[in-house]
Amino acid sequence: MMMKTTPFHARLNELNQTGLYGHWAGHLSSLRYDMSAKHEYFAVRNSAGYFDTSPLYKYRITGPDAEAFLAGIMTRDVRRCRPGQAMYTVWCDDAGYVLEDGVVFRHSDDDWLLTAADPNLGYLEGLIGRRRVAIEDVSADYGMLAVQGPRSREILAKLAPEVEDLAFFGLTPAKIGDAPVTISRTGYTGDLGFEVTVESDDALGVLDKIIQAGDGHGLRPFGEDALMMLRIEAGLSLINVEFSSARYAFTDAERFTAKELGFGWMLGKGGSSLGEDRPFIGRRAIEAELRDGTSRWATVGLWIDWQEYARLHTDRGLIVPKDETPLSWESMLYDGPNRERSVGYATSLMYSPVLQRHIAIARVLPEYAAKGSTVHVELTVDHEYLSVPATTDRLPLYNPPRKTSSTARELAAISNRSSVEPVETTR
Amino acid sequence: MPSNTYDAIVVGGGHNGLINASYLAKSGLSVLVLERRAFVGGAAITEELHPGFSFTTFSYALSLLRPEIIQELNLVEHGFLPLLMPTSFSPMENGDYLLYTEDEQFNDQEIGRHSKRDVDAYHRWSHDTQKIIQLAKPLFDAAPPDIFSDDPSDAADVAWMLKQLGGADRKTLHDLVRFLTGSAADLLDDYFESDIIKASIASSGIIGTKVGPMSQGSGLVLLYHMMGEQDGHHGVWGFHKGGNGGFTQVMQRAAQAFGATIRVDSHVDHVITKDGRAIGVALDDGTEFSAPIVVSALDPRRTFTQIVDPAELPSDFNDAIARYRFQGTSAKVNFALDDLPVYPALKGRVDHYGGFINIAPSMEYLERAYDDAKYGWYSQRPYIDGALQSVVDPDMAPPGKHVMSCFIQYAPYELKGGDWDTERQAFGDTVQAVLESHFPGFGDLVLHREVVTPVDIERVAGLTEGNIFHGEFLAPQMYFMRPAPGYARYNTPIAGYYQCGSGTHPGGCVTGGPGKLAAMRILGDRARQG
Repeated sequence: MMMKTTPFHARLNELNQTGLYGHWAGHLSSLRYDMSAKHEYFAVRNSAGYFDTSPLYKYRITGPDAEAFLAGIMTRDVRRCRPGQAMYTVWCDDAGYVLEDGVVFRHSDDDWLLTAADPNLGYLEGLIGRRRVAIEDVSADYGMLAVQGPRSREILAKLAPEVEDLAFFGLTPAKIGDAPVTISRTGYTGDLGFEVTVESDDALGVLDKIIQAGDGHGLRPFGEDALMMLRIEAGLSLINVEFSSARYAFTDAERFTAKELGFGWMLGKGGSSLGEDRPFIGRRAIEAELRDGTSRWATVGLWIDWQEYARLHTDRGLIVPKDETPLSWESMLYDGPNRERSVGYATSLMYSPVLQRHIAIARVLPEYAAKGSTVHVELTVDHEYLSVPATTDRLPLYNPPRKTSSTARELAAISNRSSVEPVETTR
Repeated sequence: MPSNTYDAIVVGGGHNGLINASYLAKSGLSVLVLERRAFVGGAAITEELHPGFSFTTFSYALSLLRPEIIQELNLVEHGFLPLLMPTSFSPMENGDYLLYTEDEQFNDQEIGRHSKRDVDAYHRWSHDTQKIIQLAKPLFDAAPPDIFSDDPSDAADVAWMLKQLGGADRKTLHDLVRFLTGSAADLLDDYFESDIIKASIASSGIIGTKVGPMSQGSGLVLLYHMMGEQDGHHGVWGFHKGGNGGFTQVMQRAAQAFGATIRVDSHVDHVITKDGRAIGVALDDGTEFSAPIVVSALDPRRTFTQIVDPAELPSDFNDAIARYRFQGTSAKVNFALDDLPVYPALKGRVDHYGGFINIAPSMEYLERAYDDAKYGWYSQRPYIDGALQSVVDPDMAPPGKHVMSCFIQYAPYELKGGDWDTERQAFGDTVQAVLESHFPGFGDLVLHREVVTPVDIERVAGLTEGNIFHGEFLAPQMYFMRPAPGYARYNTPIAGYYQCGSGTHPGGCVTGGPGKLAAMRILGDRARQG
């Protein structure tokens, strides 16, 4: 038995200098390519990087009832996702607990693609009933490459000018070389970025063209380690890190509603975004939660107090650690430095190089949800449990205007810019 | 209030001037920054000297910027973005090289290629130096105590200083003294046998100062350059987005956000004094501004001999300033390149160009480069600290093309039997020949070359004798003697007149320490005077 590889693997394997791979949805997935994951992270924040997101499960959903079918399952009103658009959504169980999250890509009225982290084919098929819908698992048929970062638009525009006008969460058919592709303005980095979906047989050729187009633009591959830093800054909660599927939970403490996970924006105030005449799985429970205010948690960002964090270490003769690798465990949150009452937990705590602060995604009791509330994060320093204050904020903590804007890349601020036009850049 | 009146005037819009102004403005003072040139930044500027190519004319990398300044002045909000240097590369005369990366295990392997013994020696060196840095840091980050005063509050500062050092273990305190007084070569000999490993570290012991790696005093310069950090990693350097001029643009935005007024094209002619107090400044066009606080971000010679009249200063102080040594010994040669240079042993690869390209192939090479300067000429085979910033920051050059900043030593300000304006291109050729010897074909890639001699550093950036640190890093002009005994606490003999440039503690490089500590002093004085 061998773990499967993605359609891009042959080339990406050559570029992986570290030999480090994880297993993701049954595939080898590079943890990093370079000696430094932080270098890959900076490529995305400062120039551009590409990430192989092919291991995601991909389901093609077609037929005249495809829209009604998805609208009956997805928590967001996917009827508002028009052809040429994509939509990020969760889907829930009857009790309103989140089963999973994913993106629907609507190619035409009755042709959809759904991505998911976990296998869902059996579940989805079981919901078809009398509807005229076909679901096909096309996971192996396509490669997906995320091209992310401030230079991503310029790089892809050299191959597919369509990206110039692509709005946030828009998608367009295009051609890279002779290969038909779908390009969407989506990603998991919180930066300007795109995802290119390509038939598996064409994947290597398209990858090579993208690498070539990125030459001179600082484009480099990035792995899961860098993605983790990027998505935490972007405030994106990851399944099996921030939460796990309610489907496989044993207790309600392991289950979360959409609102509790910070997806209240999907629901609208009082459920106003859920749409008229749209019964969907979990709707009544969600409406009751919103009406009765029964949410147990709020998901927020945390800014760790930098002075106190430094003092905890320097007082003990330690160097102040500033590690961009997220802690892989939950850090408990308390009401005060004496840690009398638990008020939540941080799921992803890291030092953010672009924000120059320790940050976290955290789940807190609703009374701590207001921006600027203070909580105390438990830390282990010198084998001792201590705590450091942190203030809550709305997610995402890093949200550059370029993520959603349509304007061209801004020039870096320098002291003295000549008024002369730049020299010809094509080679 | 007349429009030309402020609470404080800062002379000089370099990084320390801007940081000082930001702290003062943040505390509610109305602050005016006067900058001689058409843009701020001083010696930390980025200029598009060749279309599409951004040159860091002078200062080119960051590490020593005090991390609390980033937080206290909300610099991230204004665009602060330090970029990681993923590698550091040292070519050798025989075509081999030493390459450090971010991965410790790769580094062990790479060091082991040169010496198996030096692998764990490098770990010990890193740990021991971190302990020394930890010991020195509180002193680095606080105003030096006035050991010449009999005021009880000064005695408390002296006691504080002794307490900091008192907690140290014997070895670390001994190591600190060895660094402060010894040579880089002696320190490195204690740990390493590989010459390239020693040379790759020792080169930081000569920057900006007229010493060789075997000279006593190079240990201090080496330690100084290890006092910085990048995201908590001591001694690690990075680039700011858009070069160091990108950083001073961030500082300008921060200062303005706190309410400071920045006036460019404003050359201060002199400080106006009345009854021994500073009361304002006059520009060379006669415009006057008044303020009860005037802060000079200029170097000590300009601060005390050019914009004030030495007759207003005590003669022993004037003597101390006259003895304060500059003797700049560094230059820059910056290139616009058509493509990346090729290092034959790493042909087809680019990942060794992520950070410093340290052309110090042996200890002897560095020392012989110094020998030339000792006798009054620039090095025939100079030390080069190169940086292809566009590899990490593609905004610095058009796609596929590159800028290369080269810091050069030794280039003595005074040439014996020659002058820099005559020697400029010959010097540029000397530097380029060294690059050509390591990167064959380098010359064919050059689209544009900018030679920045010590005289240019003086003329353009206003640094006396082209000394990049506002005065050399020599023990007798550091800490409580920088720039003069009794005046190391940002004060001057003239009431209301302060200094906040790199000629005060902790010193040069883009640290911001002088700017911040001077602001603390000014605000403290102001509070006391009610």
